[in-house]
Amino acid sequence: MSKKTIVIADDDIDLLEQLRMQLEAKNFEVEAFESQTEVEQYIEEHEPDLAILDLMMENQDSGFVLSYKIKKLYPHVPVILITGVTSETGIKFDAATDEMRSWIKADIMLDKDIRFEQLEKEINRLLPDRYE
Amino acid sequence: MENLNVLIVDDELGMRKGAMKVLRKFTIQAPDVDHGQIGFNVVEAADGNEAMEKLQNEPFDLVLLDYKMPGLSGLEVLGKILQNNIDVLTVMVTAYASIEVAVSATKNGAFDFLAKPFSPDELKSVVKKAARSLIAQRQAKKLADEKRKVRFQFISVLAHELKAPLAAIESYLQLMQRHTAGDAIENYDKIVDRSLVRVTGMRKLIFDLLDLTRIESGEKKRNMALVNVTEVARQSVETMQVNARERGITIELHAADNIQLHGDSSELEIIFNNLISNAVKYNKDDGRVDVSIRKEDNQVAVKVTDTGIGMTQEEQSRLFGEFVRIKNEQTRNILGSGLGLSILKRLSALYNGTVDVQSEKNVGSTFIIKLTDKNDNHS
Repeated sequence: MSKKTIVIADDDIDLLEQLRMQLEAKNFEVEAFESQTEVEQYIEEHEPDLAILDLMMENQDSGFVLSYKIKKLYPHVPVILITGVTSETGIKFDAATDEMRSWIKADIMLDKDIRFEQLEKEINRLLPDRYE
Repeated sequence: MENLNVLIVDDELGMRKGAMKVLRKFTIQAPDVDHGQIGFNVVEAADGNEAMEKLQNEPFDLVLLDYKMPGLSGLEVLGKILQNNIDVLTVMVTAYASIEVAVSATKNGAFDFLAKPFSPDELKSVVKKAARSLIAQRQAKKLADEKRKVRFQFISVLAHELKAPLAAIESYLQLMQRHTAGDAIENYDKIVDRSLVRVTGMRKLIFDLLDLTRIESGEKKRNMALVNVTEVARQSVETMQVNARERGITIELHAADNIQLHGDSSELEIIFNNLISNAVKYNKDDGRVDVSIRKEDNQVAVKVTDTGIGMTQEEQSRLFGEFVRIKNEQTRNILGSGLGLSILKRLSALYNGTVDVQSEKNVGSTFIIKLTDKNDNHS
């Protein structure tokens, strides 16, 4: 079984590092990026198995833009958006309804202070063939 | 035009009608309010009870209160206004003008005093004085409210800035505690390194904050003396050399030997440290920092130029806000509290000074600080 590759992106270098370490410990190959631009460059050449993206990086909508681009290049690659927007502004986004999904191209949106175990559960759900 | 609401309380119908007629046509100039003019809405009450009822149900700005009325007397109404915390300015009106009445009325919170019989001009003059006082009060309150709001915003942002490094360090510690960071020893090195970086950042923030509050509160005693600015700058350059050399950056000081300014040497030290450390931090490897100091009339002009990453116009416009850190690819690994330039600005203000910046993206920035020597004649 070859390792699954997960792209992660967050402009908070500490959150990025923490996520990288935990995912690597769970035997994923991790490509970590601190900006929207770097992810855009990477996906031009590489197809990841999954992407976990911070919503706000150098642009307020970096995560939305990236998930749109990823889905356009690789329609089957699942995308998880991580956002701190809800706790900071009270605005709630989620990709649970068809209407929301029609413009949010991500598969799910999770809150920034989600526990890693929950995140892992979602990853396993989105990558069902992981243990084939 | 803004209108003030006036209540005229008098048991004499003629008095009420007369005063109403005068005030309804009266306006005063007030350059600080909307449209620069103030007019009056006038309402009447024939006795103390009616006055209290109206005062409790409608907002009034000013009451012209007759002293001697059947039923509730003017003084009793005044007492009730005070008791019920009704926010209104009271002018006592009485035919029995005496010192005693005046004293007891002012003791009970009356703003002014008008003796019967009075001419339209006397009425206008008293009302004008009261209106001006009201406007001044309101403006003071508005200013205080704004100040409180700014303060509150500052504290919320500050709390966030202090919380962020704690959260990062806490998460790193939890990774170690739960052994969820994997087996690679490099990961643990990284955890410790990053935690220390965040601790350093937090300490810097706290120190900057202390500087800022000391300057703001005026609590810090200023040790005013004739200071050799060149010497302060030289020491600051010396301090920053270590960091600069690590990155191949040259710092040069261009200044006459003994440029003097009446000031507090520790304040000047903070100014130079801030300017030069920024010029090093936001420089490119192998860059330059030029510090020049010149005496211009009664001012000392300090110019710090770097060959660093520079700023766009938009970034420059946001630069002086509190906790503003210019966030882009080039700055993301540079530590800062976001308070350095606020401190610089406040300190310069103590010297009636100015802070200017010229910058070009990817070319560099120049900060120019001009400090005024108040005791120039003696230097």
